[in-house]
Parts: sequence; C-alpha cells; structure tokens
Amino acid sequence: CENGIAVDLLYGRKFSNHSTLLSVHNMDSKSPNIILILSGKGGVGKSTTAVQLALTFRKIGKKVGLLDVDFCGPSIPRMLGLEGKSVFQSPRGWVPIYADAEQTLAVMSIGFLLKNRDDPVIWRGPKKTAMIKLFLEDVYWDNLDYLIIDTPPGTSDEHISVMENIRSLPVLGAVLVTTPQAVAVGDVRREVTFCRKTGIRILGIIENMSGFVCPTCAECTNIFSKGGGEALAIHAKVPFLGCIPIDPQLTQALESGVSFIDSFEGSNVTETFKNIAAQITSS
Amino acid sequence: MNSSTVLQRLPTLKYVLVRYASAAQNQDLKKRQEAMMARSLPKQVSIPGVNHIILVSSGKGGVGKSTVSANLAVALGIELGERKVGLLDADVFGPSIPTMMNLEGSPDIVEGNKMVPLVNYGLKVMSMGFLVPGSGPVVWRGLMVMQAIQDLTKNVKWGPLDILVVDTPPGTGDTHLSLAQTLPLSGALVVTTSQKVALNAARKGAQMLEKVKVPIIGVVNNMSTFICSKCDTPSNIFGTNEGAQMLAKDFGVKVLSNIPLDPRIGELSDTGQPVVLAHPESKQE
Repeated sequence: CENGIAVDLLYGRKFSNHSTLLSVHNMDSKSPNIILILSGKGGVGKSTTAVQLALTFRKIGKKVGLLDVDFCGPSIPRMLGLEGKSVFQSPRGWVPIYADAEQTLAVMSIGFLLKNRDDPVIWRGPKKTAMIKLFLEDVYWDNLDYLIIDTPPGTSDEHISVMENIRSLPVLGAVLVTTPQAVAVGDVRREVTFCRKTGIRILGIIENMSGFVCPTCAECTNIFSKGGGEALAIHAKVPFLGCIPIDPQLTQALESGVSFIDSFEGSNVTETFKNIAAQITSS
Repeated sequence: MNSSTVLQRLPTLKYVLVRYASAAQNQDLKKRQEAMMARSLPKQVSIPGVNHIILVSSGKGGVGKSTVSANLAVALGIELGERKVGLLDADVFGPSIPTMMNLEGSPDIVEGNKMVPLVNYGLKVMSMGFLVPGSGPVVWRGLMVMQAIQDLTKNVKWGPLDILVVDTPPGTGDTHLSLAQTLPLSGALVVTTSQKVALNAARKGAQMLEKVKVPIIGVVNNMSTFICSKCDTPSNIFGTNEGAQMLAKDFGVKVLSNIPLDPRIGELSDTGQPVVLAHPESKQE
C-alpha cells in the first residue's frame, strides 16, 4: 500500500468518458449545478464555507454532493463528524460517504482513503491529477442537485485538473473566499484572474473572519481587518455575497463534527449562509 | 562468509542458515534498493556562503507561516547583524513576504545569471512575488514549481549568511519535496493554530518532515488567545493550547511559543511593518 491507500484503487480503475459521467449521474438533464470553492490563500475558511453551504442546501431540501480535493489537508471528514468511515465499491462506482440516513448529503475526500488519519499524502502532480479524475468520474454521485468542490489553496495541479475535468460538465460557477487582510486579498485577486482566464464564472466573494464580537462586552474587534473582501468584489465587479464574523460556536461545531446550521438556526451566521445560498441559486 | 558454502558444510543446520541467509540477503537487497533510489534522487547541495537553512512550514494554510517567518528573520537579524540573515519566500502561488517586508520590484541580475536579493529591515529577501506582476496568478503544475524553487535557491546571490529562513506554502507537496531533496536543511519549525483541523494538517506536515529526514526544531502555536481591548477578557477563539502541546510532545520537541491573536499583527503585516520592529515590547517576541 502506498501512503495507506490501496494501490489497486488508484491503478485498477477503468477510464470512463464524460458522456458516461453525465448520463450515469443524471447530470445531463439538470441545470448547472457544480460549485467550486476557491481562494488562492490558505486558511481563509474554504472548507468551512463548503460545509456550511452544503448543509444549508440540504436544509432547504436539495440533494448535495461535497467533494474535497485537498489532498494535503483534507478537513471535510472531520467537520462533518465522518472520520474513520470507509469507502466501498459498487457496480455503479465508489459509494460516497453519506452524512445522513436520508442520503441527502454525499461526501468524498482522500481523508476516507487513508489508513491512519495522520498519514501525510506526499504526492507530486500526476498522481493528484489521476485521483481527481477518479473522484469526479468513478464516484457514484447519484442524482445531485448541487456538487460543491472544496479546493486546496493555490493555483496548481489540483486546480488545473479540476478545471480540465469539469469543462464539459454543467458548472454553475466559483465562490471565492477571503479574509479581510491585504495579504489574503492579494492572493484572491490572483484567483479572480485565474477564474477569468479559465472561463469559470465567479458567483461572488465571501469575506470570512470579518470581525469578532467579544462574548463578555460585545465589543466588535476587527482582528483580521475589515472590508478587504468587499473592496475586492467592487474592484473586480463581481457580487459580494456577504461577511461572516468569527464565531467560536462555529469553530466548536466544526471541531466536533456537528452541523452548525442545524444546531444554531437563529444565529446570524446561519442567516448569512442562507442568504448566500439564495444568491447562488438565483444567479 | 558466503551463505552457500556454509550450507554445504553443515546440512543439519540448513533451515536456520537458510533463514539467516535470506535475512542477510534481504538486508543486502534493501541496502541495494536504497542505494539505487538514492542515485536517482537529486543531490543535496548547499548554497555557498549560507551556514544554516531553516524551514518554516505547517501543512495547514493560513496559520501564520509568513508572519512567523518574517518576524523571526527580522528578530534574528537584530541579533546577528545587518545582512547576515536571509528570508526566502518559497510560496510560489501566494507569496506574502513582499507585502510583509514592504518590498517590491524586480531583482537585478549580476554575473553568473544570479539574481540579487532585495534588502529591507536588515534582511536579504527573495520571493516569487518579485518575479510575477501584481494580480497575475501563477498557474503551474509541479515540474515548473520545482524549477522555480531551484531558481529561487540556487540562482540567487545570497552572499555570506548565517541563517536563511525559508517560508513555505501550505501542504506537503512539490515545494517541500524539492526543498528537502535539493538543500541540506538544518531544521524546521512547525506552525499551527489550536484548531483540530489545523493540528491534523500540521501533524501530517511534521510526519512528512520526518520522512524526508529534516529535524524538527519546535512547534509554534499561533493565534492562541485573543484579549479583548475593551474588557481584557481572554477568548480562545480557535481552541486551547493543549493540542499544540500534544503535537510537540509526539514529535519529541517543545512548543516554542504561544503567539496571541492580536489585531495589530495583521494590520502591521498588511502595511509591511514586521511587528517585532513596530512593537518590540509586546508579548509576541
């Protein structure tokens, strides 16, 4: 086994073509539904956003797929309390891990394929490219309303491979996540250019970690500055989807794998994500 | 001793000797395999004039690697002297060091086709950010990244340096492999925040460092506690310090520092003033 992943999974697959993907997964009859979560900068909350959006869509009755193509730091399994689950193969493809009994949220991540969750995945480009193709084509994403793809930071092999593989699929667009600081915004500005060059529609920008409200005195401190994301959206002429403040309850929910959206329905963070989901579905 | 001759002389001990022989052959085989693999790997060549190379890495993005690298380099520069410390920004996709060090512009090229590092705050600095204009993304596959890392390390006129601090991108990929394979690294710092997802990724980063035989100097626990400026209440926004302590213990090192979450750090980074210079008295040191 290499890096704890059974070699036969990677090398024993049949290569399917895109038309098979479309018809098998019933995506050709649906309107555009693939959403990429991009940033360029690390640690801004891409995975957090991907998970909250997926949970929000599920809450409004949609069937959602969540694909984690971050091989070095796959955070999604932990955030949904799905660590330790195993992936099984069926005649129709790999069965994704379902986050609920009703099978309305399907998840796939390299995290599920590692023998030990602490094992690092030290791969160069070609292997990552092959894995992404496998994730998109060989996983049985059954009849989804939306497929959300969480990406790692940067603009490298993973991003190029995802773009290449979804070119003929119904893509809704990309959501860019940033924190308000200049060093983050600088990287996200590059990501905007990347989207333009690869022809992917930008659904909008989310400014995450935008302000912290002290639980004792309610003073709001802009720990990571404020407004950078909104300014970039105006400058790049893309929709500004909203600000998400730093909420320790959200962090706690992610740490313990509990759904924040379902547990804290009244929170303004939940409201903000509902709002963002509405903007995405109406675009 | 040749295993086959022994077998001929002492047939009654054949079983034991066959086992011994195959174990010894396995050892030989393993050594031969390692030697063959080592031949095909790039050789580690030190940068002339540079005494120590220290990696600042994580595994997780956005934990403060660049912030720690810049401030550590400046602090070391104050200790060791003007232009004795270098800062290399090996993050090809998201180079933050130019902003943090308030530097921009293209480096000059001197004889031998070598680039001259830009200088500020007493440090020699090199980054991909100097070679790529503002908003242009660097959309490269792994091979080009490897080449770029080679250029940024070997084709730069670093001159005599006591320490070269290397800021790395998130992940455990091409950049880290290329650095570990081509440079003799004196050690690495693992930066993390208190969140479990960050610790998990940092752990993978540390394991990768062990695999490529880079000694881990210690763990830096960043963004640990936030103190409200109005009421002084501490909030552990991203979690407690225990996680970082466990991580350090598992790798036989210590937590070198628990850096608090202070809005001034972010503001100053954005305007290119390392916090160790702007607020030398503050706890961050």
